[in-house]
Amino acid sequence: MSTPTRTEQNLGADIAGGVGESPLRPDGTLKVTGEFAYSSDLWLTGMLWGATLRSPHPSARIRSIDITEAVRTDGVYAVLTHDDVPGDNLYGLEHADQPVLAGDVIRYQGEAVAIVAADHPETARRAVNKIVVDYEVHEPLTDPEQAVFDSTAPALHEGGNVLRHLPIRRGDPDATADVVVHGEYEVGMQDQAFLGPESGLAVPADDGGIDLYIATQWLHVDQKQLCRVLGMPANKVRLSLAGVGGAFGAREDLSMQAHACLLALQTGRPVKMMYSREESFFGHVHRHPAKMRYEHGATRDGKLVYVKAQIILDGGAYASSTPAVVANAATLGVGPYKVRNVSVDCYGVYTNNPPCGAMRGFGAVQAAFGYESQMDKLADALDMDPVEVRTRNALHEGATMPTGQVVDSAAPVEELLERVKAMPLPPEPNASDLDGYDLRLLPGGVSNTTHGEGVRRGVGYAIGIKNVCFSEGFDDYSTARVTLKVNGGDAVATVYTAAAEVGQGLVTVQQQIARTELGVEQVVIQPADTGVGSGGSTSASRQTYVTGGAVKAACEQVRARVLRQAAKHLDLPASQLRLHAGKIVSADEAVVAAVVDVLGGETITETVTWRHRPTHPLDENGQGNAHVQYAFAAHRAIVDVDVELGLVRVVQLDCAQDVGKAMNPDAVVGQIHGGSAQGLGLAVMEEIQVSGGMVRNPSFTDYLIPTILDMPPMQVDVLELADPNAPYGLRGVGEPPTISSTPAIVAAIRHATGADLTRVPVQPHHITGTP
Amino acid sequence: MAMEFLRPATWDEALAAKAEHPGALPISGGTDVMVEINFDATRPEYLLDLTRIEELTDWSADGERLRIGAGVTYTSLIADLADRLPGLAMASRTVGSPQIRNRGTVAGNLGSASPAGDAHPPLLADDAVVEAHSARGVRHIPITEFYTGVKRNALEPDELIAAVLVPPADGPQQFAKIGTRNAMVISVTAFGLALHPSTGTVGAAFGSAAPTPRRATKAEQFLAAELTESGRWDSRAELDPAAVTRFGALVAEAATPIDDVRGTADYRTHALSVMARRTLVWAWTDYRRKRVRTCA
Repeated sequence: MSTPTRTEQNLGADIAGGVGESPLRPDGTLKVTGEFAYSSDLWLTGMLWGATLRSPHPSARIRSIDITEAVRTDGVYAVLTHDDVPGDNLYGLEHADQPVLAGDVIRYQGEAVAIVAADHPETARRAVNKIVVDYEVHEPLTDPEQAVFDSTAPALHEGGNVLRHLPIRRGDPDATADVVVHGEYEVGMQDQAFLGPESGLAVPADDGGIDLYIATQWLHVDQKQLCRVLGMPANKVRLSLAGVGGAFGAREDLSMQAHACLLALQTGRPVKMMYSREESFFGHVHRHPAKMRYEHGATRDGKLVYVKAQIILDGGAYASSTPAVVANAATLGVGPYKVRNVSVDCYGVYTNNPPCGAMRGFGAVQAAFGYESQMDKLADALDMDPVEVRTRNALHEGATMPTGQVVDSAAPVEELLERVKAMPLPPEPNASDLDGYDLRLLPGGVSNTTHGEGVRRGVGYAIGIKNVCFSEGFDDYSTARVTLKVNGGDAVATVYTAAAEVGQGLVTVQQQIARTELGVEQVVIQPADTGVGSGGSTSASRQTYVTGGAVKAACEQVRARVLRQAAKHLDLPASQLRLHAGKIVSADEAVVAAVVDVLGGETITETVTWRHRPTHPLDENGQGNAHVQYAFAAHRAIVDVDVELGLVRVVQLDCAQDVGKAMNPDAVVGQIHGGSAQGLGLAVMEEIQVSGGMVRNPSFTDYLIPTILDMPPMQVDVLELADPNAPYGLRGVGEPPTISSTPAIVAAIRHATGADLTRVPVQPHHITGTP
Repeated sequence: MAMEFLRPATWDEALAAKAEHPGALPISGGTDVMVEINFDATRPEYLLDLTRIEELTDWSADGERLRIGAGVTYTSLIADLADRLPGLAMASRTVGSPQIRNRGTVAGNLGSASPAGDAHPPLLADDAVVEAHSARGVRHIPITEFYTGVKRNALEPDELIAAVLVPPADGPQQFAKIGTRNAMVISVTAFGLALHPSTGTVGAAFGSAAPTPRRATKAEQFLAAELTESGRWDSRAELDPAAVTRFGALVAEAATPIDDVRGTADYRTHALSVMARRTLVWAWTDYRRKRVRTCA
């Protein structure tokens, strides 16, 4: 090894399955064949089952709780109430304002009051029903506008009902314009509707601590909250990621984590908790319903002069991530457009409605329905093409946002719109041929409501903007530990992070990055747990950016050590060596050593905590460089609407999105398909209906999500305009397609029907005009 | 409270068990019963499993009617009887998902008697008869007398549904259902139509727009009279558009819907009138083209 040996100049092909390719997911086959173990499949011999008693009232005071009969039930091992919480009986992502078990105040229907552990889930459920709670029922505060503006409304928390008011002020507040359009819009409460219900297994440990196997989006934020609740240090509260069946924001807050740990510590037995579908609707936060007022002023040639907006987001009973959702809705509230004069007031409020927090799109979804509806209204007022009015005002690199932040990487707003507009249109429906119909292609689908009668086609466009990563000065980082060693004659890399794979494909991307950076084919992804530093949240479209960045950085350090070691052995400067497909290559492109030989029996490990560039808080006028990166997607929707029955079929949904770098092209397209489908759901069917603080449809019978017959084929155009600030130039992918899909579909329905449609989801009677 | 699971091997055993335990809840596909049990909405002392009784899964010709055993699934009905019972087959195709249709039965729909059951409108439009058995004997219950209230039916506590008897179509039939999703959706409201040229009568019925599934009797009588008096049963001439509109209005008039989580009362009424008009035009178009056999 000490003498450089010249070998053949053939460096060999690149390692397959690296960045930019679409290798198979390591979890793919198991998931498709139904063998993947989700958190709901966790099992330990002798484990107990937990169940939760929830308040039937949205607003009440608890006079007393009598657990006598529940405790007496055969098979019951523990019945716990707020008195049994050893640490602080409060949790929350940023504001710890939510009791683990309600003390004396109930703030929403479904709030947890008591928990039971029993030897059978049904026994636990029965025992829950034997707990007697004496409630003094109060009138709930359910109107978010009242929460903002009515000072006589009861304060649901200390400090009042306005959780955050964020004003954005830029330019002349008194600007006037030739053409002015007003609109009031509403967004209903959407649910993430992940398919794997909340579940996990808490195992008491010999050291008095607890091991929790859990489906979550962020192990360390769960751990931090659990330490506080359990009154334990972090080394006693260890979390491991169990199989996650979708998340979409709904697993960012705690659900059954603290409850299972409390029961396990009390009983000394492993305790499993798993929500039913119905309980799941009460067990996690939802997308904030929004009430929005917009005023757009423009010149006669369609240039925006000013935008004024008031956005009220109903945060429900507890804070969750409402302050950050407010920031997104406010800072992105005028959309991807250049506007000199902006006045936005965004409020996030407490009510006695179900708590709302993170969901894919996170504030940007609600605002986009408002500003894109307004752009269409402006186009109508100007008698201008809806794409034209958008491109005339399109944001671009170098433009300034209403926060004063200059967009410092690609912002291809105009190009994305032009691209979806140029895509081929589906064939026109042949209305005269009522025999040639295929029910599956008609509004109403297989329910046989039309054979073409009343069907009109419409086309709509929309574009959205989303911030990627955490904002406003949040210390947003991820940790990666990468190990390289020889195993069975091959170099094998191991990547260890605490970042949560929730179905999006992060584990695949981590493997790809390691293959590309280290030139090894075999990459083992270690199970995620709290044994390594935080990976940050699987949200804000940030994991490939931040955990991907951490894995890349750790790989670079490992690689540097391999090269230094090779340099030492070869007596060559390390700066002249590089690593390619398992070989050490010299400056003159000669293979000078094999990585396995350099490593020998040694294991090289590097752990890196990686941060994206810092962001900054917003000032009192909502000014500041609050965001790391902006991402954009545009949609064109083509719909057929049965105007007599108000039923809709989305015929085609096309999308163009800039992803900076398609790290895994198949996964990118999958995200665009899935995000677009979720936006379709919000456009035409998905809503948790809440009346008087009570959820009316907590089931998949009445909370409808799109089926394969509702989600049409898509043409997807992926742009790769690198962001120089981001690893590989990538741009977060997951959220943008959810944002523009909804307003594009509603625009298309308006085009087909002429109806105003100021609320999503659009219901049949909104179209037919029957009350 | 424990729940006993009774598994009779024969129909006589099943009837004896039902006589002994009148509170026993019969279960076949379980697509409705199991949901109720899982939600703890119902907790019968006895579950009476009928899946071991093979003859229940048979259908046969029974005189002028088809006799559909209580265990015949929607999937079998669609596969075997779509030509003779097109309306019921169309409704069956809109039930749930393929998995649900593989297990669910028309008799289950009757047992639950939910106003939203998809099979009810065609059964009403077809003048079906429910064949109820008990240890005491056999009772034939006309479908119009079967639904007695929201999720209530005319069965006696010791009776089981053995079969439903439905005359094969003697004319065109249609079924349409409103849902806010294009498949796998519970009905907001639904409508079934059967034209009976052999008797000069019309069957028209709806679901999810009254406490029970219901026939639109005035609409039926109006249309039958219109077709008879105008000679159209024989001439097969195009329908009078005014008559189509009137038929739709009379169907809507028969409805007494409510506002609920699935839709508003006004929308349901409106949608029924539209579905009634459209299905009538489709059925009549079929009739004019003689695509439907007229076995009188």
